[in-house]
Amino acid sequence: MHGAAALLIDFGSTYTKLRAIDLDRRIVLASGQGPSTVATDISVGMRVALEDLGRRLGRLPQFRYRLGSSSAAGGLRMVTVGLVRELTAEAARRAALGAGAKLVGTYAYRLTAADMASILALRPDILLLAGGTDGGNSEVILHNARMLGSSALDCPIVYAGNRAAWDSAKDLLAGKMAVCAENVMPEFNVLNIEPARAAIREIFLERIVHAKGIDRARDECDAVLMPTPAAVMDGARLLADGHGSTPGLGELVVIDPGGATTDVHSVASGQPRVPGVVQRGLPEPRVKRTVEGDLGMRHNAAAIGEMAGIPALAADARLPEGTVSRLIGELARDVDRLPRDAEERALDRALGRAALRCAMKRHCGSVETVYTALGPATAQTGKDLSGVEVVVGTGGVIAHSRAPLELLETVVAVPTEPESLRPRDPRFLVDREYLLYACGLLAQAEPEAALELALKYLKAPTEVLTDDIVANG
Amino acid sequence: MPATTPRTIVTGVIGSDTHIVGNRILSMALEKAGYKVVALGALTPAPEFVKAAVETNADAILVSSLYGQGELDCRGFRELCIEAGLDAILLYVGGNLIVGKHPWDVVERIFLDMGFDRAAAPGMRVETVLEWLAQDFAARERAPRRQAG
Repeated sequence: MHGAAALLIDFGSTYTKLRAIDLDRRIVLASGQGPSTVATDISVGMRVALEDLGRRLGRLPQFRYRLGSSSAAGGLRMVTVGLVRELTAEAARRAALGAGAKLVGTYAYRLTAADMASILALRPDILLLAGGTDGGNSEVILHNARMLGSSALDCPIVYAGNRAAWDSAKDLLAGKMAVCAENVMPEFNVLNIEPARAAIREIFLERIVHAKGIDRARDECDAVLMPTPAAVMDGARLLADGHGSTPGLGELVVIDPGGATTDVHSVASGQPRVPGVVQRGLPEPRVKRTVEGDLGMRHNAAAIGEMAGIPALAADARLPEGTVSRLIGELARDVDRLPRDAEERALDRALGRAALRCAMKRHCGSVETVYTALGPATAQTGKDLSGVEVVVGTGGVIAHSRAPLELLETVVAVPTEPESLRPRDPRFLVDREYLLYACGLLAQAEPEAALELALKYLKAPTEVLTDDIVANG
Repeated sequence: MPATTPRTIVTGVIGSDTHIVGNRILSMALEKAGYKVVALGALTPAPEFVKAAVETNADAILVSSLYGQGELDCRGFRELCIEAGLDAILLYVGGNLIVGKHPWDVVERIFLDMGFDRAAAPGMRVETVLEWLAQDFAARERAPRRQAG
């Protein structure tokens, strides 16, 4: 007999993935998978996945919750607009990434006619409009509101710029669906992305899910709560911070290499750890997501080859350079291909190692020595994650790997790059069951159970991999 | 902008200079006088002053330099502002601006030629700076130059 159960659904771009959870015993009952059928009717793939789950369970239990996340239909496509590139434009970017969006365009300063044409061509699901501190520059955001207001753009607009200019901006945006959130930068160099993130998620829940046809699965799913990257982020946050009387793991980093991009989430203050170090640039959010759009194992295999260099990849894979070049070309044309032999496995391992190393390096901050009249001083840009004790690997590349430690070990700091503030000596955990997104979703309803599941199912990479998990992965 | 909105002033110590005390006293005095102060602190590169002024729609930038490299650090400052659309912003500079013994009028001329509206000699009192600001803002209200944006 099963106790109360929950069904967590990931409407992905290729697969519809299900996890059935026993809420009382806090275990995964089974996983199911179907194709992604968002282009026609998403509920078709959902029913295939449910049948698959039913076969594994014997019969489907009554689910107390059926919660979904989605990266189908291109994910949550967003465009951000700000004023100065390093200030409000960057703050807007961070808000959108934090909401789990796929950033398809970022703009700064005044939008031109050419910018407007490219925004229309990008067909964003939501546009985030920022610019000016509260009471600061209003001219540019009003110009941009006028450009957007008089364009054919029909997506919702979240206004998170100079509060003093909202009344005028609202008039300029008449006829558009526009909501006002708190400024992403209310004071100079003060980051305030939480309200904009909340506004984005609300629009996602209320409008985007319907616009993309994801709510056609409503007979099988109670609510699609957020984009999948946001669910992974919520899972990471829960795992770090704990819930109630159950402590979390403390500061951590989650790394998620995929076919097109590599996501990195950190839940850590990232403040300088050494006294006297001066922090430069925009303050860093404690929960931060970066997306490396050029580091994907399939769609961007060629970009990884360019970034790491074919000779280095060949040396790491122990393959001839010619073989590496040929295989990379094949992968880019055949993005759904799984490794078929030892050569392809070796290349995938090398690509994964290069992508993880580079994605972690870009996510983490760095220090540089600046020479002042009083002698050298140290300036830090970005987050210092050198003391982070836990790094979690998630996503198919790591979960399917026979030796995930060989992938994950590349993210740590190296003596030849002392300026990079990557984790020095973390312990690794692997999300073998692809459960982190499910825990992030379940956290909305039953955070205690979600946390216990995450703690139970994230495993050290050295633990023996059973054939069963490989088969079901 | 309504008359009740305080004017915004960006302050900071330019270049690789860590001497923050005088700049902090100045920032506190400006705040006390009713200005909204965006204090960037020590070790501030010139472009950061300009970016801060753009976002906050600042009315003036007050640059401090105490370690003798002011001439190098401030070269092109006005041009940076013009590039960012801040053509009319008020620019002051002050401190120990140049190494060695030079008559003040020579030093002052160098910085005024660079496009600063005022240069403050070592030992300048805060009260004088406040008077300058009052005069210069009043003059701009009487004869507004083309507004930047």
